[in-house]
Amino acid sequence: MTEAPLLSVRHLSVDFIMQDGQMGHALEDVSFDVFHGQTLGLVGESGCGKTTTLMAIMRLLPANARITTGQVLYNGQDLLSLSERQMRDFRWKEMSIVFQGAMNALNPVMRIDEQIGEAILLHHLMTRSQAARRVGELMEMVGIPRERAGQYPHEYSGGMRQRAMIALALACAPSLLFADEPTTALDVMIQAQVLELLKQIQEKLGLAIVLVTHDLGVVAEVCDSVAVMYGGKVVESGSADSIYNAPQHPYTERLLQSFPDLNRPAGSLVSIPGTPPRVTELPPGCRFEPRCNKRIEICATTAPVMLETSSGHRAACHLCQGPAARF
Amino acid sequence: MPTPESAPVLEVSRLVKSFAMRQSLLAALQRKPALEIRAVDDVSFTLHRGEVLALVGESGCGKTTIARTLIGLEEPTSGEIRFSGEIVSAQVRRARAGLLSLDSGEVGTHEHMTMPHMSLKRLRQHAQMIFQDPYESLNPRATVFDIVAEPLHVHGIARQRQERLERVRRALEDAGLRPAESFFPRYPHELSGGQRQRVVIAGAMVLKPELLLADEPVSMLDVSIRAEILNLLSELRRQRGISILFITHDLGTVSHFADRIAVMYLGRLVESGATGDVLQRPQHPYTRALLSVVPVANPRLRRERVILQGETPNAADIPAGCRFHPRCPVVMERCRHEDPPYASVGTRHMAACWLLEGPRR
Repeated sequence: MTEAPLLSVRHLSVDFIMQDGQMGHALEDVSFDVFHGQTLGLVGESGCGKTTTLMAIMRLLPANARITTGQVLYNGQDLLSLSERQMRDFRWKEMSIVFQGAMNALNPVMRIDEQIGEAILLHHLMTRSQAARRVGELMEMVGIPRERAGQYPHEYSGGMRQRAMIALALACAPSLLFADEPTTALDVMIQAQVLELLKQIQEKLGLAIVLVTHDLGVVAEVCDSVAVMYGGKVVESGSADSIYNAPQHPYTERLLQSFPDLNRPAGSLVSIPGTPPRVTELPPGCRFEPRCNKRIEICATTAPVMLETSSGHRAACHLCQGPAARF
Repeated sequence: MPTPESAPVLEVSRLVKSFAMRQSLLAALQRKPALEIRAVDDVSFTLHRGEVLALVGESGCGKTTIARTLIGLEEPTSGEIRFSGEIVSAQVRRARAGLLSLDSGEVGTHEHMTMPHMSLKRLRQHAQMIFQDPYESLNPRATVFDIVAEPLHVHGIARQRQERLERVRRALEDAGLRPAESFFPRYPHELSGGQRQRVVIAGAMVLKPELLLADEPVSMLDVSIRAEILNLLSELRRQRGISILFITHDLGTVSHFADRIAVMYLGRLVESGATGDVLQRPQHPYTRALLSVVPVANPRLRRERVILQGETPNAADIPAGCRFHPRCPVVMERCRHEDPPYASVGTRHMAACWLLEGPRR
């Protein structure tokens, strides 16, 4: 890929000050690229920093969080250096987000078409009738029947609400869409419908999508490239094909083996014993060391650096070989 | 491996559960008949000792209602549930009162007056349910010990302190929480999602049940923890010969440990058979569609998916003919008018579709 990325995240670190005054390192040295018209999957277990990464990029972190280092380059411009006012112009028009839990992200006392119309009117100089026309287009694009546009969220099923959320995110025609667990809690068939919808919209509008999920199956269905996160760091990244067929990091490997697969013969599933580290109690060496089945002595004391194991494929593990990755 | 010859733990025959819909005052005053929702419509299956049966279907297909009816949280509208050969007593009571009409159309026959039956309380000693959400199914103000010991208390088992301690310890260890003593004083909020679900399982196992009804026990958990819980359930089955009714919408998770699969659509079983048969040779178009959308964790294996449009129709308004016909990709004229009976398509493998050849029943 020789074209310039739409979004480049570089060495992004975020600290949280916890209620008891402790410092938590939620993100450390996170770097990745997102290209025009492509989908990046950001994968990891709960608490690994996926959502924090999105919030840091959008600059929507809670008050007790602080970005300590890093750059977020959008078309070459560093979003972290913008004023709040300038940032507001970026959100929704350039990048928008489909939040986790479509049940709670919509306003329950406002009609769906009003909610979408409100977002449009806030960001564009447009008359009400123009906005209403735009709402109609968006509803059609996401497959909500016209007669249901004027209903309230509680009248929608889970799948319909997720469609409404997508329409809301697309209201101001962004170039980049973040989708935070868009299909979690949906049935497989509705999940397939939503993923298909995202793909169609991407093709039609040339959107770049960052899909945040813990579901490796969903990522395999739709993503071009993948970044695997663990304990606030990216531990491996590369094309979807190389991540799935030649995983380098033991964490990625185990995660893939723990995914139930119809095509694999029945037998015991591999699980990863233990739980991910808390942000206030990170292990000193590699963060995955306490749960790793391939750990060696050095892992307990020294954090591995990101290596370029093959062209475009990077992993941070002492067992991997290759030149240090450059960002 | 369980054999069909082994004694069935659970026999469900022609189970129907319908709910009356709330009526508007006007409709009630006009004495319009209340609409009813047929959540479970004529479902029959058998579960043998040590067998895992997966009940698969989308939200609203009635799979949770079946589990709730089996454990006596709902009363069946008609049909029969037998546990270890004994009919579950709420039905006997109703039959005696002449309220329950049986398949034959008879009510409260002599047979029902003399039939061996089981009270709900005794049933629950032998059949326990594991609910979906370990964040909501545990009392936040009770310690792990109290949560796991409560069923013993309710059933008046292991009244002596030492004995009770021992039972709780065993149950926690069986559920993979070791050392058990260190979990006794903890509260649910101190535990991870996986640990909570283990506490739920320990609370079910402490009564040494023969049957577990597991309602989406892993769908709220992270992928890496799902595998642990599924392995734990397999282990319990292998060591204890426990039978499991595993309820899920995800065919991917059942492929590894269910012996048989029953696919449900809008209150009815549309296909059932051995796991290998259903996954390798799915017969019903709905099963095929469901299988085609199971995510596969490899981009090289992306394949043609049959994405059904729309959502499962409302159970208050079940389509005429085959209930799947409005969404069926291979619908024929006949499907719109006639409900297909089950066709036998292999050993203990059957499906309800007009396209299938085979002896019908």
